[in-house]
Amino acid sequence: MAVSSTDTAIRTGRVTRTLIYLVLVLFALFYLLPLYVMMVNSLKPLPEITGGGMMSLPQIWTIEPWLKAWSTAQIGVEPTGLRPYFWNSISMVVPAVAISTILGALNGYVLTKWRFRFDTILFGLMLFACFIPFQIVLIPMAAVLGFLGLAGSTAGLVLVHVVYGLGFSTLYFRNYYAVFPTELVRAAQIDGASFFQIFWRILLPSSGPIAVVCVIWQFTNIWNDFLFGASFASGEGAPMTVALNNLVQSSTGVKEYNVHFAGAILAALPTLLVYIVAGRYFVRGLMAGSVKG
Amino acid sequence: MGFLDIDNATKSYGSVEVLHKVDISVQEGEFLVLVGPSGCGKSTLLNMIAGLEDITSGEIRIKDAVMNGVHPSNRNIAMVFQSYALYPNMTVGQNITFGLEMHGVPKPERDKAMADVAKLLQIELLLERKPGQLSGGQRQRVAMGRALVRNPDVFLFDEPLSNLDAKLRVDMRTEIKKLHQNLGTTIVYVTHDQIEAMTLSTRIAVMNGGYVQQLGTPKEIYDTPANLFVATFMGSPSMNLIDANVRVDGNAVYADTHDDKGGEISLAFFEPSAGLKSYEGQAVTLGIRPESLTDVEGADQRSTHVEQVKNTVTVTEPAGSDTFVTTTIGGAECVGRMRADADVAAGRETTFAINMEKAVVFDPKTEARIL
Ligand SMILES: Nc1ncnc2c1ncn2[C@@H]1O[C@H](COP(=O)(O)OP(=O)(O)O)[C@@H](O)[C@H]1O
Ligand SMILES: [Mg+2]
Repeated sequence: MAVSSTDTAIRTGRVTRTLIYLVLVLFALFYLLPLYVMMVNSLKPLPEITGGGMMSLPQIWTIEPWLKAWSTAQIGVEPTGLRPYFWNSISMVVPAVAISTILGALNGYVLTKWRFRFDTILFGLMLFACFIPFQIVLIPMAAVLGFLGLAGSTAGLVLVHVVYGLGFSTLYFRNYYAVFPTELVRAAQIDGASFFQIFWRILLPSSGPIAVVCVIWQFTNIWNDFLFGASFASGEGAPMTVALNNLVQSSTGVKEYNVHFAGAILAALPTLLVYIVAGRYFVRGLMAGSVKG
Repeated sequence: MGFLDIDNATKSYGSVEVLHKVDISVQEGEFLVLVGPSGCGKSTLLNMIAGLEDITSGEIRIKDAVMNGVHPSNRNIAMVFQSYALYPNMTVGQNITFGLEMHGVPKPERDKAMADVAKLLQIELLLERKPGQLSGGQRQRVAMGRALVRNPDVFLFDEPLSNLDAKLRVDMRTEIKKLHQNLGTTIVYVTHDQIEAMTLSTRIAVMNGGYVQQLGTPKEIYDTPANLFVATFMGSPSMNLIDANVRVDGNAVYADTHDDKGGEISLAFFEPSAGLKSYEGQAVTLGIRPESLTDVEGADQRSTHVEQVKNTVTVTEPAGSDTFVTTTIGGAECVGRMRADADVAAGRETTFAINMEKAVVFDPKTEARIL
């Protein structure tokens, strides 16, 4: 009885599994479809698209749209391509991610290992940064940036993203350090390590998994941000997302769909790259945090 | 003035006082063990000596220098933690020398000190490994190495053996004792294990509920416990406590109780004090250690005051080297420790020899010792 029932369990298992894989493959194809459309159309000359062949492979393969999107397309008034805006984004996202991650780690360290009165309340208040809708802070933020003389600059955008990112990075590191043995900190104190030496020499070297999670999260959010970029950095200082919008929305001349597709892929590439390089650590880091916590 | 003075130290968390006026003076080279049940404040006191917890009132001095408010790294102490607290990202060698590095000791000196300590503890082959690649016993050694390399005035140990398995614990216990004998260091050692306390210490502070119940040598603690708590906490199996009445007859004083058939037993005290006599006619608690309740052949031959009582054995537990025998005296279940081949069996009557030289007496109300 028992034997035959396990037998059928295996057989039904096989059938269900085939079904599951079938469904999964269908979903994967469905999700990959936009990427396929974007790729094939970015490699076609424009007439092939306007002629109605959206789904078909290019008859003439060309990288002309990519080159145009990158360096010569009309964005706003100048025919600069997306290139300068790509560097705008890079010079915004790298410092913003680095600063918000390091500050988040420091916050987590203080909130777990140097407890003080009202520290939980303070942490609770910091978490607001994770949930406050962007729109609410637009006007006060503009006022602050103006006051600091950072309006319209990349430095101003970095500040905005650091402030907004701190909530999440603090949350990640606080939860990670909460289960980090306090005895290690005490041993280091007896050994004579200072506040920052304990942080750099003991805690940070053990923070790899959560740092990866934090960096991926911040990078994706900051790179993909449109609202802050459009609000606080106009014209030549605009980040990639805003420039892409300007490229696609430009009202003059014919719509060069192939160039638009190439530009959109260019804008998405860095986040894709970060996921491909660090993605497996992402899941591992999330798991480490959750299992220990 | 001692080497380490704990002078009326108290500790409060908010309005809760968890340590009450602790007063201990430790001499140079002493091995002081703080022992007591979990939550009695041992770790708190140790952390106060280390400077990891501040002192609410009172004073702690090392070599006559007041330590209140001095940073842990400036007290010249070293600490071994229960979890070993080895830095997971550093090799064994880096773990050992981290403290020296933080104190600005140059690299050649650090390497020399590390080599010496590694040799002493026989961990030379482990120096390149990470703590994650070590067994429990090896981690324990590295943690001790990290403490030794600093050459501190006082070593602090917080339950260093409680994460080891039973066999290794006994081995490491011996090793710590050897280390203390060879190096003559001053040690304060926290444990909840009374056997560790007895075997390692030169003096013991028995703690309960934030109070030091008794401070004394292992022999004093064992033979003349200050109160019922110390008497029952120290010793395994624990001391037998028998209800008895004090009867004075001329110069002699007796403890009157009854055997398991209700028959009268009169046990004559050895060297009864005036204090005990003043309890004439009153109920007291008589304390007899298991080894003082034994078979006639096994009784201490040098004792002049051995009383014999015929009683029924309820349970025997042969333990190889001894046989533990349970019987009922004065209504209390008592454990006696007999020779391994004593002729006893459960349900049979046998003659117990009670060594009254070792008997102690407590006031049942105050729980303090009378004799
Ligand atoms: N940070 C703290 N806040 C409040 N109470 C504490 C704190 N640390 C320890 N205690 C209390 O102090 C008492 C002594 O603790 P501890 O010294 O760790 O005991 P032991 O080491 O003897 O098991 C316990 O009752 C514990 O609950
Ligand atoms: Mg403790």
